[in-house]
Amino acid sequence: MPDPRSLMRPPNPASVELRLQGDALVATVSGRWELDGTAPRFAPLVDAALSAGEALNAADASTDAPRGPISRIEFNEGALDAWDSSLLVFLRQGQAYGETHHWDVDTTALPERITTLLALASVVPERIVESATPVPAFIARIGQGGIAAWDSTRAALTFVGEVAQGFARLFTGRTRMQWRAFWVVVQSNSSGALPIVTLIAILVGVIIAFLGVVVLERFGASYYVSYLVGYGMLREMGALMTGIIMAGRTGAGFAAELGSMKITEELDAYATLGIAPVDHLVLPRVLGLFVMLPLLVVYADVVGIVGGMFVATSSSAVTPTQFLTGMRDAVSLSDAVLGVVKATLFGGIIGFAGCFHGLRTGTDASAVGRSATSAVVLGITLIILCNAVVDWLAASWHI
Amino acid sequence: MAHLIDAPRPVAAPVALDALCPVEVTDLTMRYDSLVVMERLTFTVNRGEVFVIMGGSGSGKSTLLKHLVGLRDAPPGAVRINGVDLASADPAERRRSLRRIGVLYQGGALWSGLTLAENVALPLEELSTLDAPAIAEVVDLKLALVGLAGFGDFYPAAISGGMRKRASLARALALDPDILFFDEPSSGLDPISASRLDDLILAIAASMGTTIVVVSHDLASIFRIADRALFLDIAQRTMTALGAPTALRDAPPNDEVRRFLTRDSTSIP
Repeated sequence: MPDPRSLMRPPNPASVELRLQGDALVATVSGRWELDGTAPRFAPLVDAALSAGEALNAADASTDAPRGPISRIEFNEGALDAWDSSLLVFLRQGQAYGETHHWDVDTTALPERITTLLALASVVPERIVESATPVPAFIARIGQGGIAAWDSTRAALTFVGEVAQGFARLFTGRTRMQWRAFWVVVQSNSSGALPIVTLIAILVGVIIAFLGVVVLERFGASYYVSYLVGYGMLREMGALMTGIIMAGRTGAGFAAELGSMKITEELDAYATLGIAPVDHLVLPRVLGLFVMLPLLVVYADVVGIVGGMFVATSSSAVTPTQFLTGMRDAVSLSDAVLGVVKATLFGGIIGFAGCFHGLRTGTDASAVGRSATSAVVLGITLIILCNAVVDWLAASWHI
Repeated sequence: MAHLIDAPRPVAAPVALDALCPVEVTDLTMRYDSLVVMERLTFTVNRGEVFVIMGGSGSGKSTLLKHLVGLRDAPPGAVRINGVDLASADPAERRRSLRRIGVLYQGGALWSGLTLAENVALPLEELSTLDAPAIAEVVDLKLALVGLAGFGDFYPAAISGGMRKRASLARALALDPDILFFDEPSSGLDPISASRLDDLILAIAASMGTTIVVVSHDLASIFRIADRALFLDIAQRTMTALGAPTALRDAPPNDEVRRFLTRDSTSIP
């Protein structure tokens, strides 16, 4: 579809007339110059004209000035209609061409508005700093990576220490708990989190039950599907899946929230007042998750088991009574307690990862996104690591 | 710089932009939900002039600017940019109209993930038919115009606040707009950087013929750059003065304008 403007545009395209006058190459600009890609380019135009020579010589014949080698370029205004940046770009091309060929460039015959802009564009910036940092060698990059990893580890351990000190101050009455922030976290991780936790927990219970029914039926052991669902949900999947959901939901939220505060200098305001940001910002968040994640996991366990029971009873010969009886025989209170203990640890990990990366956010807009991503990655990694360690310890202690 | 109207569809005779009012506001009421911020705003901006919207904090200056640049919807017929009613224009016409304006936001609003050159090049890549070498030359020109030649490879985070604003101006100038809007251009700048930005505004208006609308409460800047100024009175919730700043200062139409233009902080008797 043609540009409607083109239908209204008078046929007066940008043009340049070149002629030799003594030692000067005179370029007269005319027509309508617009940023539409049709404006002429200086170097090809002049090179073509100089190599052809005829047009220039014909023009030059009208003058009495002695011909010599070109030593300057003169720009003139012809029937110049509208113009925009495309004309300025053309004139700057001429200036660059003249500089390359050691020719003087004279633009004084052009309208003052144009020469003003050319003068403005030729002002040397106040300072130019080297922008390109040299790319380090491969070995150096490995070393830098190692140093960065060590620095991050040290910063994380320092942060753990600061949080521990904060809790010590809190429990010894040397700092006050920010209860409003605490209750916000509690609310966000109770009713606010229930829909997603319900959905994921039901689906996990359903998946475990499906797996159990399909595999155990081959051995005529469908009855034991309740073992799988109960054992799996209470000891492993309830805590693990809820932890992963909360790392993505709440951990990222903490990082983004604190990161935004860093960018708007709210954290600096705490620091300059001599208030530890950890006390006001980190303790209520970590404590809130400490409290809420175990409760969420208990809820997820129940919902997941119900989901698993529904699948087990509807797709195998197992009755609800058999399912519940089987589960009661298979699992014990220690299994449920183990899941809750894991949830408590996961709550601390999520709060730690979110707050740690939030407080370390950079100063640009994309830094908040990077912090949120890092918080989720760190949170999930530590949760899985912690889960493996707790399982190993539980197995060692025959729990 | 003369331009043709960016009309929505071919018409019999071309209409030069010079014949149209660049900014026309008619009985505009600005509100946040049910809260009326300003009402009965009626004014026009002349082509090629530097027009300042001034007023105290919370008077709705930035809100008015958002109406003018299409970020907030205005009632039909209340805001016309180059003759186009942004509220009733079809999406394509609205886009074409907005393409003819440039905006310099208060904080610069440079895209932090792009270098300065990429920031300036992006509007040209998306909205012009220029090829890559031509775009590179236009980018060099725009950065040079704002005194940032050689800084194209820098990221916004690596330069000062004043340079960020100038880079943002280069981006706003990328498509040779007919109208440039500035939101508090001198905020957060030292006096020298603010004065330099004022110089740029004046140079652009004089050399390129661009119509410039500035939201500001910086008196030094207002007296230096404004051809005319509009005063938004927060108490009366409407505009109460329009004219050359020096004329308004010498013969203020009301006490609020006098107090604003003379920095008089004494309470009203």
